[in-house]
Amino acid sequence: MDKLLQLLSENSSLTTAQLSLMLGEPEDYIKAQIAEYENSGVIRGYQAVVNWDEVPDAGVMAMIELKVAPQLQKGFDEIAERILEYDEVESVYLMAGSYDLLLTVKGKTIQDVSSFVAKRLAAMNGILSTATHFMLKRYKEKGVSLIDAKKDGREMIF
Amino acid sequence: MDYSDKLTQSIQSVKPSGIRRFFDIVNEMDNVISLSVGEPDFQTPWHVRQAGITSLEQGRTWYTPNRGFKELCREISNFYKRKYNLTYDPTEECVVTVGGSEAIDIAIRCLVSRGDEVLIPQPSFVCYEPLTIMAGATPVIIETKAENAFRLTPEQLEEKITDKTKLLILPFPNNPTGGIMERDDLEAIAKVIRDHDLMVLSDEIYSELTYEGKRHVSVASIDGMRERTVVINGFSKSYAMTGWRLGYALGPKEIISMMVKLHQFCIMSAPTTAQYAAIEALRNGDVDIENMRNEYDMRRRFVVGSLNEMGLTCFNPEGAFYCFPCIKSTGLSSEEFCTRLLHSKRVALVPGSAFGESGEGYVRLSYSYSIQHLIRAMELIRDFLKELKDESNG
Repeated sequence: MDKLLQLLSENSSLTTAQLSLMLGEPEDYIKAQIAEYENSGVIRGYQAVVNWDEVPDAGVMAMIELKVAPQLQKGFDEIAERILEYDEVESVYLMAGSYDLLLTVKGKTIQDVSSFVAKRLAAMNGILSTATHFMLKRYKEKGVSLIDAKKDGREMIF
Repeated sequence: MDYSDKLTQSIQSVKPSGIRRFFDIVNEMDNVISLSVGEPDFQTPWHVRQAGITSLEQGRTWYTPNRGFKELCREISNFYKRKYNLTYDPTEECVVTVGGSEAIDIAIRCLVSRGDEVLIPQPSFVCYEPLTIMAGATPVIIETKAENAFRLTPEQLEEKITDKTKLLILPFPNNPTGGIMERDDLEAIAKVIRDHDLMVLSDEIYSELTYEGKRHVSVASIDGMRERTVVINGFSKSYAMTGWRLGYALGPKEIISMMVKLHQFCIMSAPTTAQYAAIEALRNGDVDIENMRNEYDMRRRFVVGSLNEMGLTCFNPEGAFYCFPCIKSTGLSSEEFCTRLLHSKRVALVPGSAFGESGEGYVRLSYSYSIQHLIRAMELIRDFLKELKDESNG
């Protein structure tokens, strides 16, 4: 895998100067590479990894499994594209297995999410069934452990 | 009670480690950003830890054979063949020890005694001089130079050889400089070594951590050198297994059998659990080494580049996980530099002078830390240099 993408996906706050040193490539080259990734849509944005469990009033999160009737010609794409328009929906994936689409949905309260599922999702044409799983606790997010940071256990010896 | 006549002259004459003294100060302070630790920040790969755990679950808690498990010696022998194209008989030419440190100690004790001189290139790891003194022999220091990329040259070697010289320590890849010896360098000194009939202790503990495509070459693989070399290596640095305390020595059976004799009387056998883990490491750990090396390499480029940018000239280290920038431009001694940096910015480096007088004017910086940690440390060192500059201008 491209090392630059890997580094940015782990830490998007690295500057092009730092990336240039780390990868041993000229900074201009790094800038051009990033611009190319942004233009071609490989890089879609830069986000912080937040532990929402530690943020007061951060709301609730649910994973929702959807069984969907695929449509002629378009398969699952059309319904997925309609679903992703909702602001409540954070991610949409097409899955192999016992259901078709997997969404992550956020809301202020459990009632908000429930009402979104009942009134918006379940009511959409082509949705056969839903299964909602509320998230209780986050342990790891985007490759980053959210449990207490491990202290450097190394002793000062020579 | 006065113990000075109870304790031996030799142990009393050994100077305490210079790193230790500095660490004592660091330990007293809170929130220190340390770049001073000389061990991998990685944990031992999980499959290797698992092998140790499994051996405990199975109740394998007895001594191993004195020279180490046969299986482990076989894997060590395979490793040296695979990596450095050297052939050692696992049954007679290998001994498993408590870290590379024990191997160094028993090798020195088997090879030199009173009246012998041991050549020690410095800057280097701190143990060779005291262990030589404890063996009753006399350390003779060879100062490697930044302008030679901290490599040992045949001229420097020749200059220090007397009719008492018996053993040369060859500590490459080097802690603290990051210097390495390439095949040409080794061939050049090998001639001098053969001509003067010296023995070599080649401490190759960092052999798997070399960069820029320069794979480690063991001096034992140079013509006529295998018979006069004891190779020391271990699991601490390559597999991030410092706490398991496991190393080994490879060499001619006449020497190794004597080292095994000493080892069995002073140690009995190296830790059993660690030996089980090490077998797994050697069998399935090449990919772990590769991953760690790539990570170190990225940090190395970042740190060396950053230091050079801020005006601390840094010799390009091609091995281990240290860089050794020159701080002479600041006008401070290496100890002053480190002490002031510690108090002003709470960043801990190790004064180069801790690795021998020739390390004066340099500091050792370990990049065995996360990139985030290194970025922060580089910012603080940059601020510190600016302060020094403002001070001298103001």
